[in-house]
This record gives sequence, C-alpha cells and structure tokens, in this order.
Amino acid sequence: MALSSPEHILRPARVSTIALSLAIALFLNFLPWPDMRLAPDFVALVLTFWCVRQPRLVGLGAAWTVGLLVDAGNGVLLGQHALAYSLLAFLSIWLSRRILWFGAILQALHVAIMLAIVQTLVLVVRIAAGDPFPGWEIYISPAVAALLWPMASWLLLMPQRRLEKEQTI
Amino acid sequence: MEHTPPPFFKRGPAPLVRLFFFASLSLALLVLDARFRYADSLRNMLALVAYPLQRGATAPIEFFGAVGTYFSTQAQLVEDNATLRAKTLELAQNAQRYEAAEAETAQLRRLIGATEKIEVKATPAEVLYAGRDPFSHKVFINLGANQGVKPGSPVTDEAGLVGQVTRVHPLISEVTLLTDQDQAIPVQVVRTGLRAVAFGAGPSGMLELRLMAANAEIQNGDRLVTSGIDGTYPAGLPVATVVRIERDAEHSFARVVSKPAGGVDRGRYVLVLSDESARPPRPETTPQGKDRRADKARRARTKDKGKEGDGSQ
Repeated sequence: MALSSPEHILRPARVSTIALSLAIALFLNFLPWPDMRLAPDFVALVLTFWCVRQPRLVGLGAAWTVGLLVDAGNGVLLGQHALAYSLLAFLSIWLSRRILWFGAILQALHVAIMLAIVQTLVLVVRIAAGDPFPGWEIYISPAVAALLWPMASWLLLMPQRRLEKEQTI
Repeated sequence: MEHTPPPFFKRGPAPLVRLFFFASLSLALLVLDARFRYADSLRNMLALVAYPLQRGATAPIEFFGAVGTYFSTQAQLVEDNATLRAKTLELAQNAQRYEAAEAETAQLRRLIGATEKIEVKATPAEVLYAGRDPFSHKVFINLGANQGVKPGSPVTDEAGLVGQVTRVHPLISEVTLLTDQDQAIPVQVVRTGLRAVAFGAGPSGMLELRLMAANAEIQNGDRLVTSGIDGTYPAGLPVATVVRIERDAEHSFARVVSKPAGGVDRGRYVLVLSDESARPPRPETTPQGKDRRADKARRARTKDKGKEGDGSQ
C-alpha cells in the first residue's frame, strides 16, 4: 500500500493536527448514535493511529487524559476509558514498528484485535463494578472501527502528505 | 522535530512502567468514583470541558430539524392547527373537571385533617444525547445546577415517568432512565391499589415487579402509577402497563413484566419535576460497622437493665 511504503516522505506531524483530530473524534463520539453498541469508538481509533505513527508525540499520558474526558462526557465510571485508552496506547506503541510493516488490511486486523482487547478490559471493569453483561453486540463496535481504519489513516495522513510538485524537487 | 536527538538517546521511563503508572492511577480513580463518589468535582470540571463538543455534536441535528420545520407545507400547518385546536378544546374540558375535582379533594382532605397535597413545579428540558455506554440507560438533558436542577428529581414526558436525575453538572444533568438496572420506583396498581416496587430490566426496555406474591391480584393490562410513598416521586404519575405475568409453581414469587408508559427511549422533550415543600426528616439509618456493634451492646445492656427492673418488682 502506498501509505506505508517509504516512497513518500511525509512532513513531520504537527501537534495542532493531532489535537484537532482528537477533538473531531470526541465530537463524533458525542453524536447521538441510534445504537451505541454498533457505533465505532472514533477516539480509540484516532488514538491508535497517532500512537502507531507518532509514538513520541502521543503516548500514554495523552491517552489517559482523553480517556478521562470521554468518561466525564458520557457519565460512565470515571477512569474506565482512561484505563482502557492507556492500555490501547501501550499496545499501539509496543506494536507500532510491526503494524507499519503491513498493508492496510493486515493493519486493520491488528487494530481490530487491539480494540477487542481494550473492549474486554472495559467489560471486566464494568462487571467488577456490578453491571450486568450487555451482550456480545459490544464487540461489533471494534470490528466497525477496524473497517474504518484504512479510510481513517488516509484522512489523518492528509495534512502530512506533500504535493506532487514538492516531491519532484 | 528533526533537531531532536534520535529516540534511543532520549527516552522517558519505559512504556511498561508508564502503563503501570497510568493503570494504577485509573484504578484508584475507578475505586474512588464507584465506591466513595469522591471524584464528583473532577467529573464536573471535565464535563464542562466536554460541554462545547457535546453541544456541537447535537447542533447539526437541531439545525436540520429547524430547516425541516421551515419547509413544512402550509396545508400541513393548517391541519396541525385544526387538530391542536380540537385537542385544546377537549383538554380544556378535562381541565375544568379536574379543577372542580381538585377543589373537592382539597375540601375533603381539609375535612379529614390530612396535609394538603404538594404543588409540583415542572421545568421543560431537552434531551441532548444518550450516554455512550452499553451497560446503562442514561440520557443527558440541557438543564444543570445553574438552572436549579437538583439530583433526585423525577423526569417525565407527556405520557408518563421517564426517569430520575442522578447527577447534576453546572450546565447539563444526567437522567437515569426507568429501564436502567439500578433504577427502582415504588408503584401502585391503579385497579386494586396494590403496592409494589418496579425495577428496570436492562436491555429489554421493560420494567419488572420483583417480590410479588404468586397469588397477587394483578393481570395483564393493569396500569401502574407512582405510589408517592417514597417522597421522591409525586403520587399518581403513570409509570407502566403490565404486559406479561409468569406464575411458576416452583417459585413463590410471580414475575411481572410491564412496558413503560413514557417515551423512555424516544422523544426529545421532557419535564423535570421539583417540589419546594419541606418534607419530614428521614428516620435515622442503622449505624454501620463499629457503631452498630456498640449500639447493639448498648441496647442489650438497656434490655438487661429492664429485666433487672422487672425482677426487683
């Protein structure tokens, strides 16, 4: 795939781009989705992307902070998403070299597995806190997010891509 | 970016150490929030940060709704007007009768010396969005502590009870719906006056009456209203209609499933009820742990004393 191949030399990522993309992801998460179990977690997707691409700019601290925001905004247990996103950031940073080696479909598969692990962590936390099991449908959301991965990575790399003219110089 | 040293020279703590640090921080917060509710001020602050994004997320839908109403046809408006007028007439008649009945009730209550019924204030609110949490049934409304919403206030719509305000932020509040697993409402069967407690049944969107005797007098189609004996919900709000009763000889309790009357999972406008009347103070709760033991010991001693007193006589 063109994205992961080294023939395009990308511009360095800007912190403002990262912050803006995370804000947009939060916005998408707060949209009134008809069924919350099927809607992908955009924040998790964008966080995974930046942890894989820019492990030195976005790390566990950023993931934890964003997780707290998601918790407060959704009125769930404070720390639930913070814990989940920290684990997600850790997994992404740990596997970042490996993931970038693959094409888009295998990358998406990696992302699906990571998101499913994180979803399981959330499930364990909530069941430990005394909530009932909500059904296996909650694993649809990570799958949908993984399907969106190729498009999301194309969109998120857009600001870093150089114009054709620049590349020929 | 290009001028910083390569990553193998400059590194903070190892990722695993960081993961351990942040995981323990999250777990500490989780315990604080779930067990002790200490984290509420932090939650309020974070909710305020997330508020513009939440409002922004619901704005496009409001916008399209507004555009849609703008282009609604003249004919439809005329028709709506006619139906609404007819409905007003009907309701006005009902209201007249209600007023008369209310006056009569008040008089009768004065006669028997009962306290007068409390006046309930209703504030209209709009549902902003549903909480993104498959484990619970919650929605957020656009009124908060700044508008005078208090935790514990019941929330209804035009058809019946919807839920209860469980958490109040400065600008928005969280409403736990009737169907949430942790939500319980004291209800009364309209037909027989039988009292019960309705619990949310979770994902099915139904209510369940637990601990009903197998021979309780209840049948399909019975309407349930709030009984008002808890002091939280005003009496007589429609709650649900019984749709299924399972009586099993093996269990001593019947399982009664009922369908909420209010638009719990639909509808955008709700009413937050609040009453300003002073209630009698709650009875003292049983002391916990050490105190309870001390209390028991004290009670035993007084009992002994009583016995001694009896013996001497």
